[in-house]
Amino acid sequence: MFTKTSPALDLVYFLVFAAAVLTMPIWLAPIGAGYPDLLQKFAIFGLFATGFNILFGLTGYLSFGHAAFLGVGSYTAVWSFKLLGMNPIPAAVLAVVASGVFALAIGYVSLRRSGIYFSILTLAFAQMSYNLAYSVLTPITNGETGLRVLESDPRILDGGGATDGPLISNLFGIEMTGYAGFYFCAVVLLIGFFIAQRIFRSPFGIMLRAVKTNQNRMTYTGLNPRPYTLAAFVISGMYAGLAGALMCITDPLAGAERMQWTASGEVVLMTILGGAGTLLGPIFGAALIKYFENIFSAFNEQTLHEIFGFLPDFLEAPVVAVSGLFVGEGWHLTLGVLFMLIVIFLPGGLMEGFARIGRVLKRSSNKSEKSGSATAPAE
Amino acid sequence: MDVILLQLLNGLDKGGAYALIALGLTLIFGTLGVVNFAHGALFMLGAFCAVTFNKFLSLEIVTTDPTKTTAWGSPLEIRTPYIEVYFGDFGAWVLNYSVPVSILFAIPVMLLVGFIMERGLIKHFYNRAHADQILVTFGLAIVIQEVIKSMFGANPIPQSAPELVRGAADVGAVFGYDPGIIVYPYWRMVYLGFAAAVIGAVFAFLQFTTFGMVVRAGMADRDTVGLLGINIQRRFTVVFAIAAVVAGVAGVMYTPILPPDYHMGMDFLVLSFVVVVVGGMGSLPGAVAAGFLLGILQSFASMNEVKAVLPGIDQIIIYLVAVVILLVRPRGLMGRKGVMEN
Repeated sequence: MFTKTSPALDLVYFLVFAAAVLTMPIWLAPIGAGYPDLLQKFAIFGLFATGFNILFGLTGYLSFGHAAFLGVGSYTAVWSFKLLGMNPIPAAVLAVVASGVFALAIGYVSLRRSGIYFSILTLAFAQMSYNLAYSVLTPITNGETGLRVLESDPRILDGGGATDGPLISNLFGIEMTGYAGFYFCAVVLLIGFFIAQRIFRSPFGIMLRAVKTNQNRMTYTGLNPRPYTLAAFVISGMYAGLAGALMCITDPLAGAERMQWTASGEVVLMTILGGAGTLLGPIFGAALIKYFENIFSAFNEQTLHEIFGFLPDFLEAPVVAVSGLFVGEGWHLTLGVLFMLIVIFLPGGLMEGFARIGRVLKRSSNKSEKSGSATAPAE
Repeated sequence: MDVILLQLLNGLDKGGAYALIALGLTLIFGTLGVVNFAHGALFMLGAFCAVTFNKFLSLEIVTTDPTKTTAWGSPLEIRTPYIEVYFGDFGAWVLNYSVPVSILFAIPVMLLVGFIMERGLIKHFYNRAHADQILVTFGLAIVIQEVIKSMFGANPIPQSAPELVRGAADVGAVFGYDPGIIVYPYWRMVYLGFAAAVIGAVFAFLQFTTFGMVVRAGMADRDTVGLLGINIQRRFTVVFAIAAVVAGVAGVMYTPILPPDYHMGMDFLVLSFVVVVVGGMGSLPGAVAAGFLLGILQSFASMNEVKAVLPGIDQIIIYLVAVVILLVRPRGLMGRKGVMEN
């Protein structure tokens, strides 16, 4: 994949991706995912995972605290709504700036260590932010209730007048819900994807890969890896902040549970599932997880009975009982099992799986050709 | 002074739990070189061993006493646990002491769990990247947690300590303070003693038995021990199982202090990792010392006087200490030079 890149090919790649994303409401409709709430999630988490991938996929630094940046982005966005008005653009910009600064501070400290120490440090910082958001910072974060926009907030740019109806983010009069919200998220995702693509192909991206491959050698050649990793950390923090802002743009509410370590684990899983270090993989992984989360959590005993209705009765009951563990409330169990299976059998993620299948197909076709040519000259 | 003594005592029992989990983590890391993110789940499994044991013991038989009636006029129901019916006073005694007795039940269970986990999963991850080890054990932790949740529900299940040690001791009186100032529950004292005993046992096992000697040699240089014709792998598997048991019994004994729920493991895990890092990766005494130290620090930070000066410090003190330690002294308090320093 990396050997055959050229600017022209990249452009085609990007355009195909853009077309695919923008037409998602059409081609995802047959599998029951063609409605805006879910599509928004695809775009938002795709962006989050793309950003995470710039750090983990390229430099190999496994951060377990990325949800903190998501949370910072969310809170900043809601504060922007409260103070400046319901326009999503200042909210997104401010969220990126705030999470960038936050990432700079955390990255500066955490990146002094690598390996598991880095993972534990980022985890510690994220837990610290989560605990603080729940307790002391309640005036800023509104604690357990979550931060929301109130009628009485100043909202300077909106004129501050009390509006009728619910407070929804709107871009110059277009309300950011439903398909409008999705297209806003999708455009942001495309911008994020484009930047990620540029980073992947740039000398900077090659430096980041060098960090992953062998940091010692990089140091021996006279390069200091720290600025590169720090830049990658800040960029991926900004992506996370932007994703957090998008969450609030589509639904203006920010809660501390977004910063919990389970949320950090989820984005790791998305990236791994799709394929760390590939451009498309993380987005694919994010969409897949959100899709199955949506499908599986909606299942209940009733639907299971319908699905397994074809089985004889004595089989149906245990099958329903066992599969009932994995759906609905137990969706996290499926997630955990999936996580383990992917790490054990397919560390490169689904993209590697596709590549493997592709190779096997190619080889088998080669083999049949070879065996065909080999039989010909046989005596 | 009395306040300091009180916080010291309060910190010790929590510190004991941290020390026990961190001890197991360090054992696993020192022997197998694997970072076990599922260790908190093992602690939680141990706690649920106690819950299961107690549930099993309290299976009741319902009889009605026709001579007496309740306030509603229906015959009075008398619930007697089967174990009392069959074993009389001994049964009642076992039920009363169900938490400590369930250690006997937890040990074989945790040994088995540890053994299966090591042979079935961890074995395949010796030579994979640390990131992969973290991820797979993290996935396993989620799985264990969710299975427990589906079996026992999401709510905490309180367990009671034996009647004998249910109250609290007036420790202050012993040291000459007025009564009622320094009050410390008996069970926490028991936990402290228990933690000390387990830690002592693990150290004695490693120090004074041939098996322990081989393990220590293997921790120092596993290749050479292997060249001497010793199947070091098998010993390390046993060490893993022992670490699982230590975490499990720590969980069992902790149930009267904190009612177990399915995510208690994760809460403890994050803190235990911090403990391991502060103590020094791969250093057993370091893990124990850091466990108690951080437990005490945490309890000092949650004093109202301290919170008035630095609000929220009790929530973050442990992480703050870890950050400072990692930056100032990367190998931790007692870490060996050159072990996982970068």
